[in-house]
Amino acid sequence: MKKRGSGIGGATRRRFVAGAAAGAAAVAVAAPVLLRAGGAGATGADLEAAIRAITKGVRPREDRVKVDAPPLAETGTAVPVTVTVESPMTEQDRVSAIHILLEANPEPEAGRFTLGPRCGKAEVATRVRMFAAQKVYGLAAMSDGTFWIGSIHVEVTLAACVEMDVR
Amino acid sequence: MSARIRVPELAKRGEAVEIRTLLEHLNESGWRRDEEGKIYPRRIVTTFVCTYGGAEVIRGDLKRGISRNPYFSFWLRAEESGELVFRWEDEGGAVFEEKARLEVV
Repeated sequence: MKKRGSGIGGATRRRFVAGAAAGAAAVAVAAPVLLRAGGAGATGADLEAAIRAITKGVRPREDRVKVDAPPLAETGTAVPVTVTVESPMTEQDRVSAIHILLEANPEPEAGRFTLGPRCGKAEVATRVRMFAAQKVYGLAAMSDGTFWIGSIHVEVTLAACVEMDVR
Repeated sequence: MSARIRVPELAKRGEAVEIRTLLEHLNESGWRRDEEGKIYPRRIVTTFVCTYGGAEVIRGDLKRGISRNPYFSFWLRAEESGELVFRWEDEGGAVFEEKARLEVV
């Protein structure tokens, strides 16, 4: 099993602090700004809960979902994310939905994309808001009832929380 | 508000073609504040749907994590010439619609 899956949201707090520390004054500024914005980012528990709500408790498996995003984003205002799922996309064996989740955002789920039979490839791209350096997850619901998950870590150069006002 | 769509003019039958869409929309998350600290009222795009010959290709149920000027790209399997309809709805009740034609050879 790859490292990425072993700790869904496990080290969120540490990662957030590390990310914020990357910009010198960021730590001091970040906390009040985040509070001002209506509460701190999601915790690992929030992410776990969001995943459980989607899968109805079924544990998502790994390896069939690839998430692409720049490893380093200048700001968190519009980070491009592409989720690609391995699937033949036939009538019997297909991806029915792709969810995008952000572990350190106040609301982890960014969106759900339901794919109809005319969808030619199990791939969706969008741009997301990121509150801090964090992992972005792609969660795929398959027609056979299984769930698959993948992720990528994105660093944010300017602590995204400091940039709240440009969101 | 306006939408930008990229659809290939021609596609071969059975081919998967990439569709790109962008709606000019502030997509206010309700997290943003002005200089006085007042929150810009939340108003996000909650739904994006693309249909092809009347059948749904993709439907996005969207939350606050999607950026301003929501951008989506996806893949369509070209079956026959027809009309693509793109539709966005925001939580203020506004509806934006855009159409494109795909010729399948």
